Amino acid sequence: MNSSLTVKNLRTYFFVDEGIVKAVDGVDLTVGEAETVGVIGESGCGKSVMARSLLRLVVPPGEIVDGSAVLRRKDGSQVDIFSAPPSAEMLREIRGNEMSMVFQEPMTAFSPVHTVGFQISEMVAAHSRMSRKENREYVIDLLRRVGISNPAQRYDEYTYQLSGGMRQRAMIAMAISCSPKIIIADEPTTALDVTIQAQILDLMKELQRQNNMALVYITHDLGLVAENVDRVYVMYLGRVVEVGATRDIFVNPLHPYTQKLLQAVPRLAERQERLAAIEGTVPSALNPPAQCPFFSRCDKAMPGTCDRAIPALTTQAGREVRCFLYSQEQEATNDWQF
Amino acid sequence: MTWSYLLKRLAMFVAVVLLAITVNFIVPRLAPGDPTAAVLEQLLSRGQQVEGSQDIVAAYRARFGLDEPILLQYGRYLLNTARFDLGSSISYFPQKVESAIVSALPWTIGLLAVATVISFGLGSLLGALIAWPGSPRFLKSLSPALMVLSAIPYYLLALIILYLLAIWTGWFPLGGAYSQIPQRFDPSTLWDLAYHAFLPALSIVLAGVGFWALGMRGAMINVLGEDYLTLAEAKGLPKGRIFFAYAVRNAMLPQVTSLAIALGTAASGSVLVEVAFNYPGIGYLLYNALRSSDYFLIQGVAFFLVLTVALSVLILDLIYPLLDPRIQRR
Repeated sequence: MNSSLTVKNLRTYFFVDEGIVKAVDGVDLTVGEAETVGVIGESGCGKSVMARSLLRLVVPPGEIVDGSAVLRRKDGSQVDIFSAPPSAEMLREIRGNEMSMVFQEPMTAFSPVHTVGFQISEMVAAHSRMSRKENREYVIDLLRRVGISNPAQRYDEYTYQLSGGMRQRAMIAMAISCSPKIIIADEPTTALDVTIQAQILDLMKELQRQNNMALVYITHDLGLVAENVDRVYVMYLGRVVEVGATRDIFVNPLHPYTQKLLQAVPRLAERQERLAAIEGTVPSALNPPAQCPFFSRCDKAMPGTCDRAIPALTTQAGREVRCFLYSQEQEATNDWQF
Repeated sequence: MTWSYLLKRLAMFVAVVLLAITVNFIVPRLAPGDPTAAVLEQLLSRGQQVEGSQDIVAAYRARFGLDEPILLQYGRYLLNTARFDLGSSISYFPQKVESAIVSALPWTIGLLAVATVISFGLGSLLGALIAWPGSPRFLKSLSPALMVLSAIPYYLLALIILYLLAIWTGWFPLGGAYSQIPQRFDPSTLWDLAYHAFLPALSIVLAGVGFWALGMRGAMINVLGEDYLTLAEAKGLPKGRIFFAYAVRNAMLPQVTSLAIALGTAASGSVLVEVAFNYPGIGYLLYNALRSSDYFLIQGVAFFLVLTVALSVLILDLIYPLLDPRIQRR
């Protein structure tokens, strides 16, 4: 498969007074052309930091300390996003144009003092040559395409004048405005109510088909993943613990964490007294010990093995999993000491 | 902008001014006794005999209309104030209060307003740059210096500047606003005015720049954490555009509020600068009025200051919806 984006060994650390928070610690991610990929995990597992790292949007004290992200650009050339200096013109050209982002909360992601239309037009103007009038017409047409009624009027309105669903539609219109190859959607439906969620996801699917884009959903919504995603990355404490086709993962999860995550989904068919929850909390990513990250909460943990080293991500039954239950292979020691 | 918004703001302006005038009217009348009697008693206590003192008091009360019902006095007072008839100055008699204010006004506006605006612009830009992650390192090291500057009282700063640049080096004049009273506007007159205005302006700018920079820095740091800045960056906009159109634009809102208040209070706030530099503005006028217990002049200047604050807040209210579209809905 021809991949649009290949990320290898991404490490994003936050250098705080108390030490180093290893928010993303060695993540490999591949996004095929027009593929839909899901990254799931609990809050604090590093998925949002990973998403922002892909566009080099991490700000100090955060820093990408290692890894490469090779993007296939529209003209077919390949570039490593992580190797460019922070102020590189190439990064500016890629952002929005080749890879764009849909944010979780459009109310705060749009500037309150600029009209919605202005904010979209501005992005179009940054990446193309259009006259003012053409630009406006183009954006109004985009707003129409994402299902905003009366787009010519909406163009001149501010975010506080739009409803939540409308704002997220405008955000999506912005994301597709430069026909990027990849859209990264960071919890795109979390701020919306359920009926709107379905509409937004259908819209994204439809636009993906029309524009032949790859979509990366960053989410904790397993329902979204089950229905919309080709391949799933399960993240835990800055690492990918299981990767596979959505169907495989949902039918036969291998990693104990994935199993527990799926058990935690409430089912209407079964009468449950209490919702299943994963005991304990995600441990801190601040100076983590060299042991399986899930060790503290895992009921299949093997003392003497799981607390001695970090398991490597190995191929098992058509997917990759990071667990000593399936392979004794250990992750190469991380030589990133500071 | 809607008509109801405009009308509401105008009504607010009128209400504030009316209230201030009323306070201005009531407070002197709360004092026991009356001014004429007080003067007479002073004379009596020094052992001087005043024939028919009761008659004198009554005559003066009639002369100033103080024997009339209080409401009638109030109405007359309102009417006079509305016509900008603020009475006669005692120390500059027979000059009218309003003409004293009008002749001092251009100096104050020319010096204080301009210096405040320069200070605001410079300080805001500096503060924004200090907070901005992409700006050069030497700018960040300015922060403590600005903090010190904002802590030094402006009159002290004025004295230091006066000593360094006028007395010690002799580069600038010690005070005054002109070498000779300007007759007409030609380049040499303007140069002379600027030459005299430079030091007072410098002390106001320096004293204010720290305040504005620190305020802006705080506002910027808040804005920098906002999602819309991340989105602006994710859109692939050039750095400069993100800085001005998103970061500064959003951080400016509280600064503009402070500017309106600062402009309104500039005249009273910088009294001592005008005094230190012998600059013939409103502040200097107020200082002299206080020294010579010129009640009518003090009252007139107080009224004028209230008027400027109310006016600048009104102007701010009118331009605020342009800066922040969310305002007029509330």
